[in-house]
Amino acid sequence: MDNGTQLSTDRETPLIKVSHLGITFGGLRAVNDFNLEIGENELVGLIGPNGAGKTTVFNLLTGVYVPTEGDYFFLGQRMNGKKTHQVVQSGIARTFQNIRLFKQMTVLENVKVAMNPYYSYNLFSALFRTGKYWESEAENEAKARELLEIFNLQDKADYIAENLPYGQQRKLEIARALATGMKLLLLDEPAAGMNPTETAELLECIRIIRQRFNISILLIEHDMSLVMKICEHIIVIDYGTTIARGTPEEISSDPKVIAAYLGEED
Amino acid sequence: MKMPQEIKKASTMNLIAVAILLGAIAWLGFAQVFSSYIVGIFWLSCIGIIMATSLNLTNGFLGQMALGHAGFMLIGAYTSALLSLAMVRADVLAGEGVQQLIRFVICIVASALLAGLFGILVGIPALRLRGDYLAIITLGFGEIIRVVIQGIPWAGADGLGQGSASPVLYKTGLGFNNATKSHYMFFIALLTVLCVAVILTFIRSRFGRAIISIRDDEIASAASGIDTTFYKVMGFAFSAMFAGIAGSIFAACYSSLNTGNMGFMASVNYFVMVVFGGMGSITGSIVAAIGLTTLNEALRSFDEYRMLVYSVVLVLMMIFRPTGLMGTYEFSLTKTLGRFRGKGAGKKQEEEVQA
Repeated sequence: MDNGTQLSTDRETPLIKVSHLGITFGGLRAVNDFNLEIGENELVGLIGPNGAGKTTVFNLLTGVYVPTEGDYFFLGQRMNGKKTHQVVQSGIARTFQNIRLFKQMTVLENVKVAMNPYYSYNLFSALFRTGKYWESEAENEAKARELLEIFNLQDKADYIAENLPYGQQRKLEIARALATGMKLLLLDEPAAGMNPTETAELLECIRIIRQRFNISILLIEHDMSLVMKICEHIIVIDYGTTIARGTPEEISSDPKVIAAYLGEED
Repeated sequence: MKMPQEIKKASTMNLIAVAILLGAIAWLGFAQVFSSYIVGIFWLSCIGIIMATSLNLTNGFLGQMALGHAGFMLIGAYTSALLSLAMVRADVLAGEGVQQLIRFVICIVASALLAGLFGILVGIPALRLRGDYLAIITLGFGEIIRVVIQGIPWAGADGLGQGSASPVLYKTGLGFNNATKSHYMFFIALLTVLCVAVILTFIRSRFGRAIISIRDDEIASAASGIDTTFYKVMGFAFSAMFAGIAGSIFAACYSSLNTGNMGFMASVNYFVMVVFGGMGSITGSIVAAIGLTTLNEALRSFDEYRMLVYSVVLVLMMIFRPTGLMGTYEFSLTKTLGRFRGKGAGKKQEEEVQA
């Protein structure tokens, strides 16, 4: 644990600092000694072969699993053992590998759900629709529509989420995550199943939200060209252990990474 | 009030419509136009509406299979009856007329609060489970409530009365006679409208959205910052509260109370109304509650075949309209009126073509 502390001292306080994080399921060590630091407005990629433990890392960071080893700090606050909604309220939001939208709700409502803490009215105001209810609803609806506009979804605001085409469902999921007002966005394979045009749009989208909201992003992705294009820093894990970290150039020529992806020569 | 203009217009229209309806019911009720049989069906329909819409909140909107709704109704009924009985014995607001109305209102509030409290108590452990397991445990809690009340000596298995258990004595409590029931029709209707309105405004607020999001995807809901445990218990307790109100009306409706009336079959009955009307449609629950209550009474003379007809209707329903009568459709007065006006003519044609 001392190592982790030393690492951070030579940098400005990072947004998130993960040190020696690990989890064991029964006898299986799914993630082991995972270290990570993400500064403000940084974009870090997390790659690795299938089953390497990438999504498990996400689940650890968002409170779905409680880590069995190590700890992680977000904005200087220890996050171990916090529940998912508490993690989100502290400022870490995520998207899912297989899109999880509120399918029967409209696009606008999907965003509104994530904005729940920003609604200022209480139960009484809601039931009897006092002035505060209308005020808060109108104010947040305007905000939600504004957010949808960034993702070019403003015309689809009243569509049932399920009926959106795949690429737009992905975007809506990101929009929903943004609506929580987070500072660190975890994207789990955002380009999975997208065609090249959609991927290009997504890239543009990620660029815009990074600039506009000044957020940091941790990205899991299989599309190497996308990862190499946008990530400033890449971490490669295999069998739950970090095997390499560095800039895209360093990673693409790292023999360990090539071995993990393509297999070693005999 | 910063209510948007169009909503203001719509809600004014709704208010006028409800006022006319209530006025008509009040007039008919005070004139005692209906036979006690019809009045009885009216009361039962109102109870059914409150029970079905509130159960729909848990089953249709929160997406949790709860099967013990009648248990909360039982709590409401006995709370009301006992409180009223105690008040009459103590000579507090014991008179007829306005005093009776105030007594009734106090009983309703107490029932709602107590049932809501039990909703929280049951909800906290039960809502950790999902699907079939939740259905079984809520069913179990419903039965526990029933058996416990049955075991209370002064409530009794055979009915509610003084000391032992004489149903007749209960008449000094809340059990209304036929004339009073007819007079109170407007009040019961008003109460039902209020309950449905409050459930609707609840659903259409941030709380309702949080609850619907849990139904659609609980994991995504938590990942959007919703405290799913809190909102699940909240929705469940809120729903139980209305069951308490319905129980209160039930207590006034009958001259004797019996836990047998509100056992497992009653819970299933209200659940059927929700499924029949459409999970996630308040309109559907209302229509189904009125329809099934009336059907139940109409078929009472063919008692042996009643359940048969009932089952066949349900089976057919599940085959041809698995989403229920209304699906998730909600009736809107302004939209319906708009359709009848010139502008809506084309729209209506379109729909006919589609059908």
